[in-house]
Amino acid sequence: MKKWRCLVCDFVYDEAKGVPEEGIAPGTRWEDVPDSWTCPDCGAAKSDFVMEEID
Amino acid sequence: MTTATLSAPAWTDKKRYLWLLGIVVMGLPLYGYGLYLWTGLSLFFWTTPVIVYTLIPLFDRLIGEDESNPPDGVMAALAQEKYYRYVVYAAIPAQYLSFIGGTYLAVRGDLVWYQWLGLLVSVGMTSGLAINVGHELGHQTSKLERWLAKIALAPVMYGHFYVEHNRGHHVRVATPEDPATSRFGESFYEFLPRCVYGSIKSAWEIEKQRLEKQGKSVWSIENDNLQAWAITVALFAAMTAWLGWWALPFMIVQGAYGGSLLEVVNYLEHYGLRRQKKADGSYERCQPHHSWNSNHTATNIFLYHLQRHSDHHANPTRSFQTLRNFEGVPRLPNGYAGMIVVAYIPWLWFRVMDPKVVQHFGGDMSKANIKPSIRDRILAKYGSATA
Repeated sequence: MKKWRCLVCDFVYDEAKGVPEEGIAPGTRWEDVPDSWTCPDCGAAKSDFVMEEID
Repeated sequence: MTTATLSAPAWTDKKRYLWLLGIVVMGLPLYGYGLYLWTGLSLFFWTTPVIVYTLIPLFDRLIGEDESNPPDGVMAALAQEKYYRYVVYAAIPAQYLSFIGGTYLAVRGDLVWYQWLGLLVSVGMTSGLAINVGHELGHQTSKLERWLAKIALAPVMYGHFYVEHNRGHHVRVATPEDPATSRFGESFYEFLPRCVYGSIKSAWEIEKQRLEKQGKSVWSIENDNLQAWAITVALFAAMTAWLGWWALPFMIVQGAYGGSLLEVVNYLEHYGLRRQKKADGSYERCQPHHSWNSNHTATNIFLYHLQRHSDHHANPTRSFQTLRNFEGVPRLPNGYAGMIVVAYIPWLWFRVMDPKVVQHFGGDMSKANIKPSIRDRILAKYGSATA
């Protein structure tokens, strides 16, 4: 499971957690998140996220 | 002529070369001085504020609004075109010429007080406008542009904006927790200190948390606030070493005034608007109806489409040339340039804007972001609809 960070506001998308309230189930891999999905905190596009090397 | 077809003519960006005016306005304090040398009229020291506070609102009135958007098919190419990036970069040297030249004149120019004051306001105004340049660059993701953003913010002493705007304001916009979102019934003069203090505090906290996660001190050189402020300190120190101590108060006061210009624009961008809370206590996403917009052409040119603010918050990394007008979003009666003059006069502001906020919420003011001390009174006055 990887984490992806929003370059605009630092929101972290954690594949393990998903974003259940937006219909993205826990365990959803980044490549399976729809391209139309945007950062829940600031609205940045999916392409504005970078993979984060953490734990 | 052999290529003629029945297809529609290729779309061209009517504003393409007008964006160069963003560089031109950065030089206004110096042109004003030039006009003074030519005519001997001290009035020309005030050229910059006269243009921004009166001529641009007048042009907004005369030229009116441009609601057109680039067609979807050209967006990707338009966003990629380097020309639009270079136009923004080029505003920075012009800004520095005005700042350095203006400070030089203030100290060595042998000016009388009303000339000096006009120059102060003029230089402060370009410094304030440069926050808009820093804003455009600070939203980009390349290293070069992010550094240029810090450089553009240095003369106005607003380095923390680089941190707070993206990671604070964009996250909390149109909520009572955002220092840079003004509340219904809050005058600009109440908003200004709350926003300045709240933004600096928030920027510091954001970097503190980020660095602590990496096991570093908030005083680390990696603190973006410290990096950006350090440019201001180095710049002001160099100018003071060159021109003497009298440069320092000039630079500080022009910076404070420039900062207030950003804050008055902040004041009108989200006045009274509020995102609603979802069942789990978190806020709904920021949507187009959470920002005040304007399509007035003159102001849109010199603020790089900042007034297409709904699209900016929905898509923060979208470059200025591709920002779109949306139908049905909150609209201001004039451009930002005209509205800041209204914001300086609280009774006039409330008279113009409060009915618009009430109308926006369809009379249900329980959905508005209201100044806490008057919230009960406002709710009693308008009723809270469903309550």
